[in-house]
Amino acid sequence: MRYNALQVLKQGLTGNRGWGRAWRKPDPQPAYDFLIIGGGGHGLATAYYLASIHRKTRIAVLEKGYFGGGSVGRNTTIVRANYGLPGNSEFYSHSLGLWEGLEQELNFNLMHSQRGIINLFHSDGQRDAFARRGNAMINQGDDAILLDRGACREMLPYLDFDQTRFPIHGGLYHPRGGTARHDAVAWGFARGADRRGVDLIDTCEVTGIDIANGSVAGVQTTRGAIRAKKIGIAVAGNSSRVAAMAGMRLPIESHVLQAFVTEGLKPVIDNVVTYGMGHFYISQSDKGGLVFGGDLDFYPSYASRGNLPMQEHVMEAGMTLMPMIGKARLLRSWGGIMDMSPDGSPIIDRTGIGGLYINTGWCYGGFKATPGSGHCFAHLLATDRPHEAAARLRLDRFATGRGLMDEEGTGAQHNLH
Amino acid sequence: MLIPCPLCGPRDLREFTPRGAAVTVHRPGEAAGPEAWHEYLHLRDNPAGPSRELWWHGAGCGAWLVVERDTLTHAVSRAILAEEEARP
Repeated sequence: MRYNALQVLKQGLTGNRGWGRAWRKPDPQPAYDFLIIGGGGHGLATAYYLASIHRKTRIAVLEKGYFGGGSVGRNTTIVRANYGLPGNSEFYSHSLGLWEGLEQELNFNLMHSQRGIINLFHSDGQRDAFARRGNAMINQGDDAILLDRGACREMLPYLDFDQTRFPIHGGLYHPRGGTARHDAVAWGFARGADRRGVDLIDTCEVTGIDIANGSVAGVQTTRGAIRAKKIGIAVAGNSSRVAAMAGMRLPIESHVLQAFVTEGLKPVIDNVVTYGMGHFYISQSDKGGLVFGGDLDFYPSYASRGNLPMQEHVMEAGMTLMPMIGKARLLRSWGGIMDMSPDGSPIIDRTGIGGLYINTGWCYGGFKATPGSGHCFAHLLATDRPHEAAARLRLDRFATGRGLMDEEGTGAQHNLH
Repeated sequence: MLIPCPLCGPRDLREFTPRGAAVTVHRPGEAAGPEAWHEYLHLRDNPAGPSRELWWHGAGCGAWLVVERDTLTHAVSRAILAEEEARP
């Protein structure tokens, strides 16, 4: 069923009894050409692009829980392309380009809202660094505007500009950045993939990867063995656990990142705003809740919940930046598991095992990458060649030291990002 | 999270800085090849469950500790001085 206004009217007049399932619920076949492990945003997008662009068939996505139940359904929903280094720059630019046509392509309302992102700066040195990053963004074909203090004050009058510790000097404005409804992205890709014949198999946990003569042969799952010619791993925080089934050790540590939502408020924050002197980012959802987050808790974790010290730290950063939010009551907070790479940048690559491909290292920012990641991973799986936008996202860059993408300049080792 | 510092007793999480897997205590020797350094610097078991990690008691005694902790529950079972771990 195509979703459109006429359909809403028709269903509304007939008691909304005609809405069918958005995707089938098939049992696994004994064999596929392509298996994607992980039914999150990236896995579903990969399956969708394999079927839609590369015209592949016999594709299945295996998900241990329900589709979209991982980080794609629990992030701070920010979509942007404001990176400065080669590798990240062209990749996120490519992803943002895909975002802009995605709702029409998927026939699904992703509530993609290009409300603009402002990265605030608080010193002369930081302004210079942001000017440089803005120029890099313009050179990659995206948009960036350096706002002075006055222009910032006009756009964001609610900020505490004259705070004594970190006064706000201005901001880097990225108008095409914004937010999207995270669940809808998973659902849209799931529906799109299903409509092109992909089998979406939920409650199917992979428990082993079969390897014969240095190449993959299939997987063992809680719903039986499945043979496959090519297997793509897109399981974010669980990357190390799944890769270990193929005898691999990854340059990844899993960490917990917390996020927070307040009670619903009237519209007050029009854009996405990030603090330059503390790790804090905030936007307002269409339901009115203020959605914000900060740093990792910084100890390795698979617990999907964090601790109070980091919550306190994030609230302090928020209060320093915009004291008005002190009156808002926090509705809920949660923790998601991030696949942290040593240089803070992602990996889309082959592995040392034939037919096995890995998509990991998304750190804080996997959500905005969803279409780009799926698009490039599908290209790699279908053609065995990296897509040009993801050609630098190599697994071996840590071993060789070539092409590291340490965006913050803090180093390319664990625990620095 | 309380971490039982062998020198100070149980102390709050806030006094400590985590530094990842305790494999970093065992630095490769001078003769080690690039592969050993790659493993030491980058590759991790990243276990879901019992884990051994390096923590620094920066706001306490300043000792480096090897902490045994469960990454699924955050339960801390034991902490020893990193120098004991590093002893051959």
